[in-house]
Amino acid sequence: MADTARNVTRQEPKLHKSVTEIIESPDFKRLVSLRWTVSMVLLALLFVTYYGYILLIPYAPDFMKSKIGEVTTMAIPLGIGVIVIAFVLTAVYVVWANSSYDPEVERLKGQLRK
Amino acid sequence: MNSFAQQLLSLAAQAGEYKLGERNNTALSFFFVIVLITLVITYWAAKKTKTSSEFYAAGRSVSAAQNGLALAGDYMSAASFLGISGMVAMKGYDGMIYATGWLVGWPALMFLVAEPLRNLGKFTFADVVAFRLRQTPVRIASAVGGILTVLFYTIAQMVGSGNLIKLMFGIPYLWAEIIVGVVMLAYVLFGGMLATTWVQIIKACLLLAGVTLLTVLVLIKVGSPGDLYAKVVHDYGQKMLEPGALAKNPLEAVSLGLALMLGLLGLPHILMRFYTVPDAKAARKSVLYATGLIGYFYIIIPIVGFGAAVLIPGGQAAIKAIDAGGNMAAPVLALTLGGTPFLGFIAAVAFATILAVVAGLTLAGASAYSHDIYVNVIKKNKATEEEQVKAAKTATIVFGVFAVALGILFKGQNVAFMVGLAFSIAASANFPALFMSIVWKRFSTQGAVASILVGALLSVGMITLSETVWVGVFGFSSAIVPLKNPCVISMTASFIAGIVVSLLSPDAQAQAKFEDEKLRTYLGVGAE
Repeated sequence: MADTARNVTRQEPKLHKSVTEIIESPDFKRLVSLRWTVSMVLLALLFVTYYGYILLIPYAPDFMKSKIGEVTTMAIPLGIGVIVIAFVLTAVYVVWANSSYDPEVERLKGQLRK
Repeated sequence: MNSFAQQLLSLAAQAGEYKLGERNNTALSFFFVIVLITLVITYWAAKKTKTSSEFYAAGRSVSAAQNGLALAGDYMSAASFLGISGMVAMKGYDGMIYATGWLVGWPALMFLVAEPLRNLGKFTFADVVAFRLRQTPVRIASAVGGILTVLFYTIAQMVGSGNLIKLMFGIPYLWAEIIVGVVMLAYVLFGGMLATTWVQIIKACLLLAGVTLLTVLVLIKVGSPGDLYAKVVHDYGQKMLEPGALAKNPLEAVSLGLALMLGLLGLPHILMRFYTVPDAKAARKSVLYATGLIGYFYIIIPIVGFGAAVLIPGGQAAIKAIDAGGNMAAPVLALTLGGTPFLGFIAAVAFATILAVVAGLTLAGASAYSHDIYVNVIKKNKATEEEQVKAAKTATIVFGVFAVALGILFKGQNVAFMVGLAFSIAASANFPALFMSIVWKRFSTQGAVASILVGALLSVGMITLSETVWVGVFGFSSAIVPLKNPCVISMTASFIAGIVVSLLSPDAQAQAKFEDEKLRTYLGVGAE
């Protein structure tokens, strides 16, 4: 299993050439770097959301305890908000990957077969 | 003791002479129906489970939606259902802080590892770590990290399940352990991943339906969530809706948050599920389904907890009298709202929950030995299909027997810290090696081994010396390590060890393979 990449190299020299070409193509490099940029931006938003919430508890206790209804505290919608935002960030990634990453993957894979 | 008896009497009067801890025939019949259905599924799955790929990965035939449900079923343990609702009932808002922590790992799992994992691996996360490194040392180290994680998680589940089943079904602890062990082994041994997947799907549906029903009944009785909060404040004071003792120490809170969030990315039984879908796109979609389902679960579970505090006759005192940890809040609420039949249903759901989680853990624990150690290290990846399946089934039996034996051995011990330990090892030993192997070209064999061992040793060592174990279990007067959760230190140390050792021991072959592997990582070319 671990030797798949090497087997490709050894048995099918023609394919190997285009494999290298694809890996070194600007399109492929752009795709990989874009994938990690999107991931890291979304991860950063997740960290800000979650650790922002966690740190508001010790650093802004009065804000968390402030009432937004008769008895409901600010902490309640914020806690639910963290869960909702986490889901939304996941959904954003899926929408991006389905609409923009996958077509580019298919295009590059098509080049490989030629 | 007097008030305990009174509370039980008042509950018994409410529910027609029923007491918790007595044999509950409704619960037993619900349970038998669930076991019967899952065993029929296992029989069907067994016919489709012949090869190693079918045994470990359900022949990669699971759809994204099915895998999303199964992931949710694999992850939502009895601890999160009974534990968080109990915590909200007893301590109020603090339970919600935990609920958020249990969810936020899922987006991180998606952004960092889900798709590369699916593309690079075969059956275990060690496949990915060892992809371009020297098989023997990396497989052994990964298997150690994986098995430790699964083992601590399993002990916590088994001990918890023995207690719960004793309370809810009136079955003796020893028998509870044996029943869980035998039924779970039947699923995994005969039906492999396909049966395990369906058990997890059924369990997820039952659990979500049960919690939804509890929530709806609470809201019908009380009114809007606002009315519920007002009643909580009326009975127990405004403090119930304010963050309390949890997360007071920022470093501790961040450390716990890191363990909960990134620990998910190193849980072998969760990672293994991604090999059951046909490709990376399906893996991606399944994370979204799982995040939605688990998020919904954690948003509504506090309503169950608050509902338990205000609707159960006797409130918090009655819940505490039955189980000091508050774990019985949701079942007693079910008894209050729907009588013995509803309690029976909720108890059966909790039992199904335990079975599904333990089955997933057993499959992951067995594969760490049979696939990583036996097939790849001992047999040098030259085992026949027959040998592989035989090894997998033998390892399953051994792990299942161990799980039952450990459950019996740890009876009555405080094992709650073991879930934290499992998450800490997952975040500090498994996740750094997995992540660096995916993204860092210069990651070397020695670096991987160092990173896994440092993370695992620091997690085990620091938790042993922390207040939870050093004071709480061994009874020393003060803790040596001030942090309850070591993740902020152990995970950082694991990354540093991996980076420093890799730079000191460059591996040209592994670096060359990194470029080739990119096509598989990002385009899925050659993925299994």
